[in-house]
Amino acid sequence: MNIKVLGVGCDACQSMVSDVERLITRLKLDAPVEYITDVEKIISYGVMSTPVLVIDEQIVMIGHRGAKKIEAALQQAADTEK
Amino acid sequence: MAQTLSSQTAQPAKHNQSLKAFAIVGAAVVLWLVLYKVIQPFANWLSYGLLGLSPASHLGSSLAFFFYDVPKIILLLGGMIFAITLLRSFFSAEKTRAWLGGKREGVGNILAATLGIITPFCSCSAVPLFIGFVESGIPLGVTFSFLISAPVVNEVALVMLFGMFGWKVAGLYMVSGVTIAIIAGVVIGRLKLERYVEDFVWQIKAGKSGILPDKPTWVQRFEIAWASTKEIVGKVWLYVLVGIAIGAVIHGYVPESALVSIMGKGAWWSVPAAVLVGVPLYSNAAGVIPIVHALMEKGAALGTVLAFMMAVVGLSLPEMVILRRVLKPQLIAVFIGVVALAIIMIGYLFNLVM
Repeated sequence: MNIKVLGVGCDACQSMVSDVERLITRLKLDAPVEYITDVEKIISYGVMSTPVLVIDEQIVMIGHRGAKKIEAALQQAADTEK
Repeated sequence: MAQTLSSQTAQPAKHNQSLKAFAIVGAAVVLWLVLYKVIQPFANWLSYGLLGLSPASHLGSSLAFFFYDVPKIILLLGGMIFAITLLRSFFSAEKTRAWLGGKREGVGNILAATLGIITPFCSCSAVPLFIGFVESGIPLGVTFSFLISAPVVNEVALVMLFGMFGWKVAGLYMVSGVTIAIIAGVVIGRLKLERYVEDFVWQIKAGKSGILPDKPTWVQRFEIAWASTKEIVGKVWLYVLVGIAIGAVIHGYVPESALVSIMGKGAWWSVPAAVLVGVPLYSNAAGVIPIVHALMEKGAALGTVLAFMMAVVGLSLPEMVILRRVLKPQLIAVFIGVVALAIIMIGYLFNLVM
């Protein structure tokens, strides 16, 4: 699984990164988290709001919608992989 | 077959869930109204009854002011931020961009400035939003109208002005904010400053995925609104407390009309001075308003106060640093200059007519 967080360094972006990292450890997923702050790369995903959670190049969340939602998205991605 | 069965059983469950959510929100609204009604008698009882202070004394009047204003403003912030973010969940930057597409100057500026109030926006998204707008062909001036209006009409400032000055001043603040965004956007558009946008912006080809965030259900909208309310109130309550405490001291101890000579209508330099002082105070809008409120009671003029307010929320250093990634210094300077001038003009206008 390939996980990316797109953000420009605001509070919400930072907290999404730390939430994702925490949840990956808890769910025992073997996936590195990439924090992308390069504006050109963020734009290439066609989004205008940050933070954005990208799993396997699929946008799964725009804006920080809470740790529970992130957990559900990670769990779902892990299940489909199996 | 199994799939249709499961979806049939899922439907009523979902229905129940949203009924429950509406019930919770409804109960919260009732509780909120009751609390709001009892604050004033409670504050009076606390300071004059329980503490036995006289309403005529400095301490008594300061404390009653504090005990009334703190719960009132916190309640107002909670309730209204919830309502505003709920309303905002119906809008998104992507929808706003679609609405602005193909609008010419003028109409576009008005629409952009208006949408700036209700589109969810955080200054950290300013860069992707700027590129997204410009790259889809929205004129620079129209983009700026949005970028100015979004932070200038700040929800916390709006609620606090409403709570402390009433709906007229809050309304004036909103209308002036939109007006400033329209004027500044038109001016920036006319100046033809496209060459001062960083070159890479014009080369970017954004992913044409056209992804819209999922349309949220009512339960999700409530959740989003509740999460933002907690976040915003959690961030500002301390400033509110400190600001109201300082305001209460001014309210009780500073003599009437002590400030007329330095912050009244007669002092022409007070509007630009208010803007200069306001710019570095970014993010402290919550703490600044109660102080300003107390100052106004002592003779400061409304235009000066509004100018100060808009400078505090509209021109912030962190946002300029973020925008520097896409704008050359010349354009940043024009941006700050035009917005500051517009704020000063509005300040004078109010001092003149009110």
